[in-house]
Amino acid sequence: MNESLFTSFITPTMVGIPIVLLIIMFPSILFPSPSRLIDNRLVSIQQWLVRLTSKQMLSIHSHKGQTWALMLMSLILFIGSTNLLGLLPHSFTPTTQLSMNLGMAIPLWAGTVATGFRYKTKASLAHFLPQGTPFPLIPMLVIIETISLFIQPVALAVRLTANITAGHLLIHLIGGATLTLTSISTITAFITFTVLVLLTILEFAVALIQAYVFTLLVSLYLHDNT
Amino acid sequence: MASVVPVKEKKLMDVKLGELPSWILMRDFTPKGTAGAFQRGYYRYHNKYVNVKRGGVAMVLAAYMLFSYCPCYKELKHQRLCKYH
Repeated sequence: MNESLFTSFITPTMVGIPIVLLIIMFPSILFPSPSRLIDNRLVSIQQWLVRLTSKQMLSIHSHKGQTWALMLMSLILFIGSTNLLGLLPHSFTPTTQLSMNLGMAIPLWAGTVATGFRYKTKASLAHFLPQGTPFPLIPMLVIIETISLFIQPVALAVRLTANITAGHLLIHLIGGATLTLTSISTITAFITFTVLVLLTILEFAVALIQAYVFTLLVSLYLHDNT
Repeated sequence: MASVVPVKEKKLMDVKLGELPSWILMRDFTPKGTAGAFQRGYYRYHNKYVNVKRGGVAMVLAAYMLFSYCPCYKELKHQRLCKYH
């Protein structure tokens, strides 16, 4: 039981060849680039969604922050599509791997910090000490603020990994329980319902992408534009 | 137009069965040629099924599901319906 629970999270290999790269690149096929003034149904929906999201997300940024628009929109599209594709049966979700999420979180966070330090050095350093702190508390508070700064990328990555992995594990467990309980009735109807409800809630993995990009966004906002 | 078209320029459906090995060997196996072949195949599928007014990606997702079943088969072999596991 223990061994078979986590085998769905190992990186997939087919006849010894790792196909992880193919699976990571797969969602790009589902976003065709618009070629006409009015495209087909799929592209029109995607265009509308991207416009809606980008307007809502970039409205709070100054001009300098809005240069990150492409990065943020591609980030939310990638994580959203990867998480949603992971809900298909037997598919592999790359965002369950901590390595990949750290690879996304650390460079992006470091970019925001570097931008803040480069263009507004004094303001960035001033973030380490909140306004109005009593004089004796200053050394401790600087240490605490530094720790909270450096924990940001780790928190971003671990949050995404843990949420997606936990959701997948729950689906496996509850689905397995449902199957074994089919010989014993009336409880099974309830548990099948739980699986259904859980799956719907899990589809708010898209909400998790919102959380990801929003957190990144807040960080960028704070570091860049005071 | 020549009365006998050389093998290289025939399409696959026009190649006779005996000429098949020589036709396959004459294909362009350079990286650029392989990439071109994949690109042509992708755009053929895309323009026929996705790039139409009411096109969709349902078939692509179904194929992706079937394709991702293959790496899982080894672990899922034990989950067959039988009396003793």
